[in-house]
Amino acid sequence: MATQELHIPDSGSRAAAPVPPGPDGELADIAGDKMVLNMGPSHPATHGVLRIVLELEGEIITKATPDIGYLHRGDEKIAENMTYTQFIPYTDRLDYLAPLANNVAYALAVEKLLGIDRELPLRCQYIRVICCELARISSHLLGLGSMAMDVGALTVFLHTFTEREKIYDLIESLTGARFTTAYTRIGGVTRDLPAGWTGQCRKFLEEVVVNIDETERLLTRNRIFVDRNRDIGVIPREAAIDYGLSGPNLRGSGVDFDMRKAHPYLVYDQLEFDVPVGSAGDCYDRYLCRVEEMRQSVRLLRQCLDKLPGGGGNATGEPVNIPNGKTVLPPKHKVLTSMEELIHQFMLVTEGVNAPPGEIYFSAENPKGELGFYINSKGGGTPYRMKIRSPSFANLSILSFLMPGHMVSDTVAIFGSFDFVMGECDR
Amino acid sequence: MSALEYAQQLKARFGDIISEPKEFRAEITVQLSDASRIAEVCLMAKKELGFDYLVDVSSVDNYGADPRWTLVYHLYGYGHHCHLRLKTDVSEEKSELPTVTTVWRAADWHEREIYDMMGIRFAGHPDLRRILMWEGYPYHPLRKDFPLAGKPSQTPEVAFTRSAPEAGGPFVTVAGGKNSTTREPRARTPEGAEEK
Repeated sequence: MATQELHIPDSGSRAAAPVPPGPDGELADIAGDKMVLNMGPSHPATHGVLRIVLELEGEIITKATPDIGYLHRGDEKIAENMTYTQFIPYTDRLDYLAPLANNVAYALAVEKLLGIDRELPLRCQYIRVICCELARISSHLLGLGSMAMDVGALTVFLHTFTEREKIYDLIESLTGARFTTAYTRIGGVTRDLPAGWTGQCRKFLEEVVVNIDETERLLTRNRIFVDRNRDIGVIPREAAIDYGLSGPNLRGSGVDFDMRKAHPYLVYDQLEFDVPVGSAGDCYDRYLCRVEEMRQSVRLLRQCLDKLPGGGGNATGEPVNIPNGKTVLPPKHKVLTSMEELIHQFMLVTEGVNAPPGEIYFSAENPKGELGFYINSKGGGTPYRMKIRSPSFANLSILSFLMPGHMVSDTVAIFGSFDFVMGECDR
Repeated sequence: MSALEYAQQLKARFGDIISEPKEFRAEITVQLSDASRIAEVCLMAKKELGFDYLVDVSSVDNYGADPRWTLVYHLYGYGHHCHLRLKTDVSEEKSELPTVTTVWRAADWHEREIYDMMGIRFAGHPDLRRILMWEGYPYHPLRKDFPLAGKPSQTPEVAFTRSAPEAGGPFVTVAGGKNSTTREPRARTPEGAEEK
């Protein structure tokens, strides 16, 4: 058995081809025993910069070696060098398809460290749930669209992007930016909902359910789509747990687990929703889970809009931030007129929130899975060490186990059904 | 059973090498004093206590203190919905401890990342290569003595690095500095390293 090198050998391909071509290597190459195929890092189906080195025997994959790190920016190192608040914009760039959900997860982690997560005003908690669920719909719409596109159904991609555009309009009017939201603050959010926002959001929810139904009609019983996904990339329940999968990829394999149910944060325990669980663990089940999760998100959003304390216009003046100047920046007009608030503002900006020494781990159910933050604090305004447990990183580690035995054309279906983002995988 | 009771069971089984469980923000942490037995402890936690999900493995660089490295394992059980944090220290001279890939396969990439970022080796790991940086990169960037701006490096035909322009960029904050120059330096030199 010899392996043909198609490019400069590097660590990835060397790991894929442990047997060096022997004296008769060239002959074996001609016979075409095995071939190494390099896929990515710039490949339309790798959704970013995942590189995977495939060892092939004909059309069948015999070994797959993922190679990651092309988007490594050292977020954990950066976090050690700035205050907790300053790191919020960096969380936008983890899972850049659901920045709002990352903002919320990070803020909750720091609030847990500070011990103020139970003091959050109710209106703030509802707004944060709205953010999370909007992000989930947005992320799943893209996940489904690109998954369908990878297996040949281009229409769906354009179709779901129409709806995502509306979400971005909502996000833009809420946060001022489409992608780089940085919406949460330690102990609250940057600003309250703008006037008329809840009405726009309700209108969007009416439209998105129609779009989800149409998307399903295009795909769920589509013969080509079903053939390319059913019984492909089957992850047994035990393997899914063993490799630390999370999110729809875990639930697709039949594990009934959702952070929002098992360890409810914010107001998830006061809202009604169901957690869809697959049974076969194949690409098709993961797809079905995502579709149903979007419907559940719509359900959650409707409840949030109904229950939102103060209503859309906040007529009763409900607070959205913890009213404590030692954690949250005081309102600007107070800073300009009152000594105490001025001091609080000065201390918060120059020193950051004063976190106690200790260590916490907080994880939230993000669209891609369990996004966790391990914060090790020695006290003061900056973390001593912050580890980001990203769902895509853990989810992708199963690829070398999952891919062998599949056809080359199945890789795109598997990638699509995994719905990973390299921004959070490489951090 | 609660996480505290699982931690106590772990202590009952392994005795003195497991510390008393510590609680902070409703999270239970136990410290293992003998890092060479980490795989054994993890295997017991998985097989007998039902911690079937390895959430995360991370490492902390206690620069200037001995032992220098702290490994942090986050365990979770789908059966009982309890979190447990397991910590163990490794000295800089040794910088090696047994792998837990034999217990959870999820540990594979997490341990590779620690090897890459901190330079701690895992004995028995099936494929201990760098994962985020490229093979041949000479440093371990998450160590505290590695500057934020980076260091120049050269791996011919693969990649090179230079220190970041403006010596680390403006977004460096040392909270609580005496004046604005120490609070927001243009570059942050690692503690103990010589100031330029």
